[in-house]
Amino acid sequence: MQAILEISDLKVQVEEAGKAILQGVNLTVRPGELHAIMGPNGAGKSTLGYTLAGRDGYEVLAGDITLDGSSLLDMDADARARAGVFLAFQYPVELPGVNVANFLRTAMNAHRTARGEPELDVLAFLKLCRAEMAKLAMPEDFLSRSVNTGFSGGEKKRFEILQMALLQPTLAILDETDSGLDIDALRIVAAGVNALRTPERGWVVITHYQRLLDYLQPTHVHILANPDGMGGRIVRSGGPELAAQLEAEGYEKLGVA
Amino acid sequence: MPAEADTLQTLDELGHTYKYGFVTDVATDMAPVGLTADTIRFLSAKKDEPQWLLDWRLKAFAVWQGMTPPTWQKPNIPPIDYQALSYYAAPKGMGNGPTSLDEIDPEIRRTYEKLGIPLKEQEILAGVTGGAPADSGRRVAVDAVFDSVSVATTFRAELAKAGVIFCPISEAIREHPELVQRYLGRVVPVADNYYAAMNSAVFSDGSFVYVPKGVRCPMELSTYFRINARNTGQFERTLILADEGSHVSYLEGCTAPQRDENQLHAAVVELVAMAGATIKYSTVQNWYPGDADGKGGIYNFVTKRGLCRGAKSKISWTQVETGSAITWKYPSCILEGDDSVGEFYSVALTRHKQAADTGTKMIHRGKRTRSIIIAKGISADAGDNTYRGLVDISPAATGSRNYTQCDSLLIGNRCGAHTIPYIKVHNASSTVEHEATTSKISDDQLFYCAQRGLPEQDAVAMIVNGFAKEVLQQLPMEFAVEAQKLLGISLEGSVG
Repeated sequence: MQAILEISDLKVQVEEAGKAILQGVNLTVRPGELHAIMGPNGAGKSTLGYTLAGRDGYEVLAGDITLDGSSLLDMDADARARAGVFLAFQYPVELPGVNVANFLRTAMNAHRTARGEPELDVLAFLKLCRAEMAKLAMPEDFLSRSVNTGFSGGEKKRFEILQMALLQPTLAILDETDSGLDIDALRIVAAGVNALRTPERGWVVITHYQRLLDYLQPTHVHILANPDGMGGRIVRSGGPELAAQLEAEGYEKLGVA
Repeated sequence: MPAEADTLQTLDELGHTYKYGFVTDVATDMAPVGLTADTIRFLSAKKDEPQWLLDWRLKAFAVWQGMTPPTWQKPNIPPIDYQALSYYAAPKGMGNGPTSLDEIDPEIRRTYEKLGIPLKEQEILAGVTGGAPADSGRRVAVDAVFDSVSVATTFRAELAKAGVIFCPISEAIREHPELVQRYLGRVVPVADNYYAAMNSAVFSDGSFVYVPKGVRCPMELSTYFRINARNTGQFERTLILADEGSHVSYLEGCTAPQRDENQLHAAVVELVAMAGATIKYSTVQNWYPGDADGKGGIYNFVTKRGLCRGAKSKISWTQVETGSAITWKYPSCILEGDDSVGEFYSVALTRHKQAADTGTKMIHRGKRTRSIIIAKGISADAGDNTYRGLVDISPAATGSRNYTQCDSLLIGNRCGAHTIPYIKVHNASSTVEHEATTSKISDDQLFYCAQRGLPEQDAVAMIVNGFAKEVLQQLPMEFAVEAQKLLGISLEGSVG
């Protein structure tokens, strides 16, 4: 079975930090798999997410990232998104005055145009959108608000999941989606993610805590660490039991802090 | 900031996209260059004007000669050689204003076709059908002013049925002298300022509107100003009178050819709203802005003022200013009638080396008068944007209110945004609020949009339109779509 995501010996320098943050990361995600990436602060978890999504300022020094067998490295962030990479942000960004419905429809149509499909008209869009919003317990008036502006923490994360549901990515990356959520919001968001777990889709879930993983049931767990100050690498990999062990013993005891 | 650098590069690549910079090849009658009392006699004679108007112009000329150009604005205005300009330019044979719609020079008709302005009544304004079926588009009456003269005015017969007068002001001077004589200079006195005095002396054409008592004007009215000839200025004069309980919505658009030298557009617009009347005046200003090095472009020095003369009258200004090398413009309201309302909604966009010094004056004189000011400035490249506004509440204007909001959006590190509010309140029962913000389009915002699949130019257009939304939604529906596109194009591609 061909991998959805293949990361090989990835070395990444972050412009603002002025140094290599990732020093040789390897990861293979196959269809249907959910890979949790855990690790202490500063290990490079968010750097990995941003690099996969193609953010400017995250320079790949060596290695490769492929999606469905093709390298992403020469693609800009917007092209990667249209190719099927979705990043749910830890801190979703406010776009004052930009209407949620307009934003969603424009994004969906950018994807559809890239696939050679006709654009969605307003009515078809609203029908699709309302169905997904209902699953996430989002009220109708959400559509007329400004993107992320004045949203509560829970609303921001639900909006990320809504976008994921509408854009139907090949590879979904969640960057600390559990941060800033209370128990009820976490449950809704996790249920939203689980509803999107199809046999075809691959997942990379970046998190600090096992709490989210209790809901999501990862197939694989990896610990990213910066053990010698030389930059982040995956130092341990295993199944769900690794997350439980980490929760019980902490990074230090596992020798990765 | 890499994403920001990209944005600026995208801006640069699209910097030559001024779509209206062409020149129409048409034989033109021009006054000899120079400005003397004889020049004024010449152009007054060209227009067959009555003696009272010639006298009024000559008096204004004398006043102007005793004045000096203003220096208080933020942009430096280079000295203008008024003796090197021609004060009258008209396509040959059009000197006396429009004949019939069928007799317009085909070159001029083609010019307006290229600009998307219909001069046939069966056409509707181009670019405004938006997605709606063409036959459902609302009709818009157009007065087309080409250099110094009006070349066509559409839907006049239909408007006349409702009692609405919509014609070039040069014609109104002949046909409705009592109205023109009573109100010309009533709202903007001749000596108001340097450019208004000059306009009073040499004004060319513009529109005249009269809406009778209780009439709701049956369609949008618009004037389209085009500067074509070289070495000429355009001195628009517009007068709109809304009688008791009437309602009118008026829009003006402006473009000019791309030339290396600066050209002057010095306009005066006067509005009078009687008791219970509403005037909504919208501007989409897209004069040639000059090139990336600041060469060429229009000097847009404009005095616009409305008088809310009667109780419960209302004047609402909406402007989208994307063009001109220098904009100097303060559409204002004198709120004389009790319970009258003044509104000012503005988006000003400056890029390259454009400079805008724009805002409003809300002069509260009647009791319980209310005003709202929403000003949005967008600056990119080395563009410089200044909001300058006055809220003046007199002792008699008890129980009055003003709310002002000034927001600035910066793109890049070389542009500027300035907010200069003047607030004078002379009684204790009135309330004034002022809010101001400054923000930048951040890398985070651009990355967020890119991650959802939006190309950068679409993302910038979306963010800018979001920023300007409160103002754009004040425009008549047909023009809101156009203005959104214009903001997108002025910064780069169009909005998705």
